[in-house]
Amino acid sequence: MTMLAKESPKASNPVATPRDGQRHPLLRRITHWLSALAILIMIGSGWRIYNYYPVLPGGFQFPPAYTLGGDYTTSEALHNEDGLASALGWHFAGMWLLALSFAIYVIYGLASGHFRRDFLPIRPSALLRDFFDALRGRLEHRLGHYNTVQKAFYWGVMFAILIMILSGLSIWKPVQFQELTWLFGGYEVARVVHFVGMAAIVGFLVVHVVLTILVPKTFVAITIGRASSPGRQRRADGELR
Amino acid sequence: MTTRILERGDRIFGIERRLFLRQALSLGALSLLTGCDISDDDEVQNILNFMSRWNDKAQALLFNRERLAPTYPESSVVRDFRYNAFFPADQAPQLAAGDYRLELSGLIEDKRPWTLDALYALPQESQITRHICVEGWSMIGKWSGTPLRLFLQRVGADLSARYVGFRCADGYYGSIDMPTALHPQTIMAFKFADDILPPKYGYPFKVRIPTKLGFKNPKWVSTIYVTNRMPGGFWEDRGYNWFSGS
Repeated sequence: MTMLAKESPKASNPVATPRDGQRHPLLRRITHWLSALAILIMIGSGWRIYNYYPVLPGGFQFPPAYTLGGDYTTSEALHNEDGLASALGWHFAGMWLLALSFAIYVIYGLASGHFRRDFLPIRPSALLRDFFDALRGRLEHRLGHYNTVQKAFYWGVMFAILIMILSGLSIWKPVQFQELTWLFGGYEVARVVHFVGMAAIVGFLVVHVVLTILVPKTFVAITIGRASSPGRQRRADGELR
Repeated sequence: MTTRILERGDRIFGIERRLFLRQALSLGALSLLTGCDISDDDEVQNILNFMSRWNDKAQALLFNRERLAPTYPESSVVRDFRYNAFFPADQAPQLAAGDYRLELSGLIEDKRPWTLDALYALPQESQITRHICVEGWSMIGKWSGTPLRLFLQRVGADLSARYVGFRCADGYYGSIDMPTALHPQTIMAFKFADDILPPKYGYPFKVRIPTKLGFKNPKWVSTIYVTNRMPGGFWEDRGYNWFSGS
């Protein structure tokens, strides 16, 4: 995002310190949070659906407490079935919310120039440098400034969501969308792709949430629209430090 | 004086708010831990049911009458096909060939019951298709039998009606939309893997519908009827999506 080049109120400071800032327009905030809600619904109900026929060898199952679909015994008493119906109900309701909010988020991000301004360019050298800085814990996180690893991460998660929608469609409609299912290597492979994509998104969410806790003002910005923090002083070469 | 009271008021409000937040957080954690989520709530069920009806309509629009389910070579047929019902295989209905009659009702001109010999005399086709269960597993099998479309035409069914319903000897029941009933791959399957359907797979026949999930393929069928009133189904009445197309 653009810098909020506000003068520091501290007169004692010899150099004017720019403030780091972040602004998110309303449509981006709404579609971000609706997508987030939809993704949580899809993961929770997806884990419950997965448990009925695990993809992973060894039959790994997700703890029922972290899945969406109702308590097994309550569900049995209320609906005469143990919770798969509700999980499927959530999944096939959530998919509309995800597809709509994600589509609007992406179209708006492309049309408004947000992706081009903030998520590009990704230079391989900068990506490597930022990646190793991140590993050593030396990567700065400044409000409104997207480092190259972060940019790559956002493209990555958007790609993963797209793959989830497409592999999901090929599992849901392997007859009507059989060309798509074929592209994924058939029904059984599409299920594995759908699982791997979920794992990638969960991985992203963990990093995304941890970094939000480290830089809490990003949460303020994506929720109420704006946030700012004191900027760093500019070095002689103009690089922000 | 006034200021001080206000300050105290603010502080109390602040503490209460923090307490409330903490309670909300621990409630959330508790509900996560006990697995008692909101899914069983009546309002939530209403919303999920509403979306399921919406998905019925969306799937009916997506359904293409000419679109065939992919077929596979003989070599991919699974012979030891998974048995699936809500009772063990040895409790499957054992129907005697001589006593069996297929009953017809609803919007059908000729409602005379059919003997098994009469059914076997109808033209038959084979298909090797993938059976996909709502739980996620899938298996490729070979089924042979009479296209349901041909049978419905033969008995003078109202093909402009909305639903075709099935009642089964085991108490199971189900229904499909007319376009799917008329789909060329929807067959009354008398054989599995070139052998007469064994009792556990639905003798004397199951309705094999490769454009729908497994539970929409009724076995041990004893009655076929045509209607404009949504008949529902065993699992559909327990919250599963009615159309459940593939």
